Amino acid sequence: MTRLLRSPKILVGLALSVAFGIVAIAGPLLAPYNPSTSVSTTLGTPMPPSAAHWLGTTQVQQDVLSQLLVGGRSTILVSLIAGLAATALAVVFGVTAGYFGGWADDLLSMLANIFLVLPALPLLIVIFGFLGRGADPNDVVIGVIISVSGWAYGARQLRAQTLSMRRRDFVDSARIIGEKSWRIMGFEILPNLVPVVATSFLFTVIYGVGTYTALSFLGVISTSHWSWGTMLYWAQSAQAAQQVHLEWWWFLPPGLAVGLFGTGLALLNFGIDEFVNPRLRSGTGGVSGRRARRAGLPRRPQLGLTPVLPASARRAS
Amino acid sequence: MRMIARRIAFYIVTAIVAITVNFFIPRLMPGNPVLAVLGRVQAQESKQAIAALELQYGVLTKTGLWGQYVQYWAHLLHGNLGTSLNFYPASVGGLIRAALPWTIGLVGVATVISFLLGTLLGVAAAWRRGSWLDGLLPAMTFFQAAPYFFVAILAVALFATKLGWFPPNSGYDTTTLNPGLDWPFLSNLLDHAVLPAVTIVLASIAGWIIGMRNMMITTMDEDYVLLAQAKGLPSRRVIGYAARNALLPSVAGFSLAIGFIVSGALLTEIVFSYPGVGYLLFTAIGSDDYPLLQGIFLIITLAVLLANLAADFVYAFLDPRTRQEA
Repeated sequence: MTRLLRSPKILVGLALSVAFGIVAIAGPLLAPYNPSTSVSTTLGTPMPPSAAHWLGTTQVQQDVLSQLLVGGRSTILVSLIAGLAATALAVVFGVTAGYFGGWADDLLSMLANIFLVLPALPLLIVIFGFLGRGADPNDVVIGVIISVSGWAYGARQLRAQTLSMRRRDFVDSARIIGEKSWRIMGFEILPNLVPVVATSFLFTVIYGVGTYTALSFLGVISTSHWSWGTMLYWAQSAQAAQQVHLEWWWFLPPGLAVGLFGTGLALLNFGIDEFVNPRLRSGTGGVSGRRARRAGLPRRPQLGLTPVLPASARRAS
Repeated sequence: MRMIARRIAFYIVTAIVAITVNFFIPRLMPGNPVLAVLGRVQAQESKQAIAALELQYGVLTKTGLWGQYVQYWAHLLHGNLGTSLNFYPASVGGLIRAALPWTIGLVGVATVISFLLGTLLGVAAAWRRGSWLDGLLPAMTFFQAAPYFFVAILAVALFATKLGWFPPNSGYDTTTLNPGLDWPFLSNLLDHAVLPAVTIVLASIAGWIIGMRNMMITTMDEDYVLLAQAKGLPSRRVIGYAARNALLPSVAGFSLAIGFIVSGALLTEIVFSYPGVGYLLFTAIGSDDYPLLQGIFLIITLAVLLANLAADFVYAFLDPRTRQEA
């Protein structure tokens, strides 16, 4: 665990994720204004940041900071639910297909492959389009619908890993003892797949943020339901980026928030990848250049060599 | 060529699934949204428009679900995607046909550039692990994680509004130019396409770089690469040997990526008001134009499946092992 925490990618990723977690939990409580209320009815142009409105206002004088804080909860909640539901589907389908093989595998793999090549966003647009934009949407329902289009990649990874594991000795012995299939899958095989499940979860959460933001940017989800995508929808329809006096305070915060949240999760993902496969680490294996030089490592790794620090140098970090 | 035949069969099944899903979505939704739209348009649209809608969605008709399904297929096979509500009486097929060349041109060129450039940078990043290229990865990750349309908004704000280097919207200068194969039109066309294309490249390149880098690092540890190095071959040759083999997963991953890239490109078009399928989709959403929405979904799906098939051909050409299995 401490070895995991030494990777700068993991550290930065964790810090970003925790920060956004706090926004999701406390954001709506911290919001200084109601995100939908116009604070002034006389002004007709967005106001730049000021002491009263730290991130300025929108065209109809709503507080951008409040929208960011309130919209953060919906955005993060939807993506987490999408990630959880998609990962659950991926585990069930992937492990079952890999463990049983035969026609069950053929069928489930076929299903996963179909979902992989179908372009997800247009499909979701049609679904949400017919669901209608009138009613106030429920974040849980949105997350679950998005997850239906996002499980296939994880399922394929998990299937491949399960396939490589189903003939191992410990699985065979569990089978000979007479353990039930679901028990072997859940308690013998699944614990060995934790890194794959973790990366698959992070991957689908990133997918969830992007997809939810895209859908609300398009206006297929009620445009009065605050999320970072909705903020961008209004900024774009008011042409905030095309104005002579660039209204950057309007479109920059929600976009940066989406990007940074996704970057945090992606860094965690890379960190786990490098933890599992140390060769992927950049140059000096995660230690500073100075310490690597002192330990007598070449500055650039050579072909066929992965730098390994002597124990003394490692302890120093 | 059994592999190709199997893939074609798979794509046909996928297309049938997509077409069937497209048929059932409006019929399975709670509260029949089509009826609601019908009620709303009844006041303003002509009798024929309503009749066309009723026919397409099987509301108020006596035919059963199976009969509707058969009829839906018959229409599709005749190339009939229905009539647009928003642009009545224009046909959905005609509207998409007008928008499609814009999207295919933009996405095609941008994807090819992104793939080639990203792969080359990935090779360089793997060969010089720990150099400044690795330092670029976090920034690249941000562009990958940020939605395409946000990158597009940034590009418009910076290069069109602030610096004024490129026009901020539309496909060409519609006020002064007529489409034709002459220099003023083509240069204007190019001028308008640069910024959207750069956006798509920027937003999609990180995946190719990181994928190629990681695969390259694994391949560089193979014995044949070590042997090539030990023989004293020039670095260029050694990199070539490793890169050729590391490339295969990137080509295989193309099928996963193309759906994302196309979706992202559609959103990019909206920011630039680029007259392609994405912008058409946006107007369809804004006006509850269900026939147009569904037609666009079908066409995008078929286009993505065709792109996948092309990637499979390339893969079979590059990797003799897939050809040998038959």
